Amino acid sequence: MFRSTLRSSFTLLRSTAPAAVTSSRLIAYRYLSQEARSTIQKAIDSSPVVLFMKGTPQLPECGFSRAVVQVLDLHGVPPEKMRTFNVLEDAELRTGIKEFSEWPTIPQVYVNGEFVGGCDILLGMHQSGELEKLLIANKVIPEELPEPQQATAAA
Amino acid sequence: MPVNTNDLEAAIRNAFPVDHLEITDQSSGCGESYSIVLVSEAFEGLSTLKKHRLINELLKAEIAQMHAFSQKTFTPIQYQAHLAKSR
Repeated sequence: MFRSTLRSSFTLLRSTAPAAVTSSRLIAYRYLSQEARSTIQKAIDSSPVVLFMKGTPQLPECGFSRAVVQVLDLHGVPPEKMRTFNVLEDAELRTGIKEFSEWPTIPQVYVNGEFVGGCDILLGMHQSGELEKLLIANKVIPEELPEPQQATAAA
Repeated sequence: MPVNTNDLEAAIRNAFPVDHLEITDQSSGCGESYSIVLVSEAFEGLSTLKKHRLINELLKAEIAQMHAFSQKTFTPIQYQAHLAKSR
């Protein structure tokens, strides 16, 4: 069910993308083969949290990727619920994921198959508290137990 | 062809009613890395993801030529709240 909604949203997005690609520099936006698309879909489905990044969590090779790793770590996303893909080791993935997500930059974060955003969005959601809500709603991290009565503790 | 600040600014001003716009070249002049802050009423009612997608689509050709692009997008009301908070 989820898969079909994802598909239809892509069709929508695709129809709004400009048909004429004027510059050969825009190689990232070439048409994705069905095979490449299904490889990426498998990667996205491989774990509750999937991060496409430059480098690895232990050794990020870009400040934006590093920031996203740190934010996810800060929220206590357990390693068994997260998979990362190093786009620097896979040129096809590096261009393919940009087209797949219709998103021009790396890193990219997916939660339960849903595209969440890149570094700016993740940091923004972290600051606003939305990221924690999203991770809890997707059962990536446990819900925080309500704090014991603050008033009595303070008194 | 490196991307320059004026082109970015023109592209954005042509496409959106601009309340406030900051474009910062973070590449020390080589045009490879930009960060923008854009406040526009055109963002009213849109999620952050949708706002960013609008900008990504608008600046598709330019972003493809850069190494890094970072954006902050606000509606006028969100921007006021943001300023108040960071004060």
